[in-house]
Amino acid sequence: MILSVLSSPALVSGLMVARAKNPVHSVLFPILVFRDTSSLLLLLGLYFSAMIFPVVHIGAIAVSFLFVVMMFYIQIAEIHEEVLRYLPVSGIIGLIFWWEMFFILDNETIPLLPTQRNTTSLRYTVYAVKVRSWTNLETLGNLLYTYYSVWFLVSSTIFKALSWGVSLLK
Amino acid sequence: MMLEHILVLSAYLFSIGIYGLITSQNMVRALMCLELILNAVNINFVTFSDFFDSRQLKGNIFSIFVIAIAAAEVAIGSAIVSSIYRTRKSTRINQSTLLNK
Repeated sequence: MILSVLSSPALVSGLMVARAKNPVHSVLFPILVFRDTSSLLLLLGLYFSAMIFPVVHIGAIAVSFLFVVMMFYIQIAEIHEEVLRYLPVSGIIGLIFWWEMFFILDNETIPLLPTQRNTTSLRYTVYAVKVRSWTNLETLGNLLYTYYSVWFLVSSTIFKALSWGVSLLK
Repeated sequence: MMLEHILVLSAYLFSIGIYGLITSQNMVRALMCLELILNAVNINFVTFSDFFDSRQLKGNIFSIFVIAIAAAEVAIGSAIVSSIYRTRKSTRINQSTLLNK
């Protein structure tokens, strides 16, 4: 129950990002979506990721977009005359996504649907966590700086490209 | 039960992000929908790595890199939008039609 309470604003806010009339609202609604993502990660027990997601996504990304949106005078009303043009192909893609949902959901989640009826699919119980458990930070640090350290150093070239790009664009 | 709920949520956010990205006239809204897509992908990776990959946590590590790429792409994207706005005075996506006939 707590999962649906914490994640139901994400369903509405995600739609409002795409359909809000004011562009400033379409920058504010993802803040709600990121908050819901972080609360989902809290429920999974990944406390470090649940902390990093708001700090980066809300604190850096959404704030940068707010700067961009508030500096410019962006027209409020958009003309939605071209929405139906994409409906055939996007409708087919949407139907494919909807069809794939029936492989994941089982009958216990949504009754009366033609989904799978086994209630023991994808169950996973961890007993080692009750003996001695690592925090999320310890596990990520144990892997990121030892086995994946080359990837970690190579990903710094992303920020090199970022600084070059921003300085060239002025 | 929890795995399916989170996977459905991430698929829903992914499709909403693609929908908003394709049908948006505003550049800033398109970039925010791109952030929604990356966030949905992050939830997917982290959920799978939490449930099935306790030893190597490949999904969780990869989501750190996806966050880094998202932040870098936000900076570059907003710089590009700023420079386009400065020269054209509008942020509509379909305004670059000079090559059309």
